[in-house]
Amino acid sequence: MTPDAAAWDALRLSLWVAVWATVLAIPLALWVAWALARREFWGKALLNAAVHLPLVLPPVVTGYLLLIAFGRTAPMGRALEAIGLQLAFHWSGAVLAAMIMGFPLMVRAMRLAIEAVDPKLEEAAASLGAPRSAVFTRVTLPLILPGILAGTVMGFAKAMGEFGATITFVANIPGQTQTLPSAIWSALQIPGGENQAVIMVLMACAVAVSAVLLSEVLARRVAKRISGA
Amino acid sequence: MSLSLSLAHRFADFELDITLDAGPGITALFGRSGAGKTTVINAVGGILRPDTGKITIDGKVLVDTHKGIFIPPHKRRLGTVFQDARLFPHLSVAQNLVFGARYAPGGSDGPALADVVTLLGLEDLLDRAPATLSGGQKQRVALGRALLSHPRMLLMDEPLASLDGPRKQEILPFLERLRDGPLGLPILYVSHAVDEIARLADTLVLIQNGRVQAQGPLFDVMSDPAAVPLLGVREAGAVIEADVLAHGADGISTLRISAGEIELPGVQAQVGSRVRLRVLAQDVILSLNRPEGLSSVNVLPVEIEDIHPGDGPGAAIALRAGSDRLLSRVTARAVAELGLATGLKCYAILKATTVAPGSIGR
Repeated sequence: MTPDAAAWDALRLSLWVAVWATVLAIPLALWVAWALARREFWGKALLNAAVHLPLVLPPVVTGYLLLIAFGRTAPMGRALEAIGLQLAFHWSGAVLAAMIMGFPLMVRAMRLAIEAVDPKLEEAAASLGAPRSAVFTRVTLPLILPGILAGTVMGFAKAMGEFGATITFVANIPGQTQTLPSAIWSALQIPGGENQAVIMVLMACAVAVSAVLLSEVLARRVAKRISGA
Repeated sequence: MSLSLSLAHRFADFELDITLDAGPGITALFGRSGAGKTTVINAVGGILRPDTGKITIDGKVLVDTHKGIFIPPHKRRLGTVFQDARLFPHLSVAQNLVFGARYAPGGSDGPALADVVTLLGLEDLLDRAPATLSGGQKQRVALGRALLSHPRMLLMDEPLASLDGPRKQEILPFLERLRDGPLGLPILYVSHAVDEIARLADTLVLIQNGRVQAQGPLFDVMSDPAAVPLLGVREAGAVIEADVLAHGADGISTLRISAGEIELPGVQAQVGSRVRLRVLAQDVILSLNRPEGLSSVNVLPVEIEDIHPGDGPGAAIALRAGSDRLLSRVTARAVAELGLATGLKCYAILKATTVAPGSIGR
């Protein structure tokens, strides 16, 4: 029982999409997490709800909304296509879908880490003469880094497993937009496809379990670092 | 080196309006919780932006709300020691100290890392993580970290309030060393503990409900009968200086104050050294005649300078004893029955056990 070329393709594409989705989402998630943890502004509750929306909406709804917004006939989709960026029915669309679906998890982990940092430590750093940028890089960032990493791992795992929004938005084209979950679903549709499905299920399990274990280790480290034990 | 400040700030439930000057040495801000002490220190440090006011240090403006000047905290060069030491939990003790030194201006005067480690006895703690330190050790590290930033002035916000008695005794000698040592760093010291202030301060500012009620040299303010209600009747009492003359084999030491010699137990200072004595007002008894046959031998001839009736049944009496001033707290009834009046010469009896070892400093 060995993986066939389609299985390897799907795994490769899934990892590629998940890495891109995660890397692109980190700065934005950190910024939103910071705003939610530290800032007071009009519409904060609305932003919080919007961030969490993909977590509670059926993924197929999210995918359909993406199709309405970024489809090849939609104004925004056409505008992006004019500058050479096609999203619908393209792997870059899978990146967008994965980003949106993983975003709430990333924001949540980062926000908790930021909230766990005592602003009084930052005041103390400033009282010692550290400029604001140094306070962030030498005090805040080291303290929230494990939280950022944990959020990243969660976002990555979510991106790896995303199915509903992805298949709705970019379809299921082998070698182009067929991610691991889509490939498993396809394999189960054809007679005799169970063997390859099982192989891909094992692949998915291996990636997911590693991601969760890594996140556990990192979460423990954040707690330890902030309590200082 | 001097700090001069006048500020007004309105909070939801109270209003602060304070003007004060802090010169060299330790200037203590004393008041109960909520009096506004921490607000003052936060405004000086730049953590709080006052509604209106002006703060200058050596003529350099830190805050001037009329001109829209607000120097950010990291450019003020004021080292702060907070009640909760606020050591960086992800850094070792040594790294915390280095953090303090990192932003000291190049070529600025101040202690080097090795000096601070020796001064504060941190040799054995350098590799430790802050979470493994006791409260007293944390405060020593926080103090060292602040000193290494080479501040123009040190701000201390209740640095001993979260420590128990023995831990306090562990820090106090370091603060005294800082006050009397070659660093000569001016310190703004916030506290609600009279014993700390009696031991440490050179200048005392009494704050109540967001207003300055009294300010001046410690010895003057502590012996001002009007200050008794502000300090609390049980805590009020003069602070005077004494020279240690001899230690007896029975544990009783002889000390000289300006009005004569007194005997006290438990004095730890060396013979020939000068110490501060805190003489609680409620422990000074007055007698019209020189008393005989008392168990206490500390009888001093005094003259009544001022009588200050309190709100309750008591009265605070200021006494001239040599060149010092003492305070006595008696009942208003005793004032009437004994015919106590300004200018009357009488005798003050100090119970020898009244001055606890912790109250003797310098």
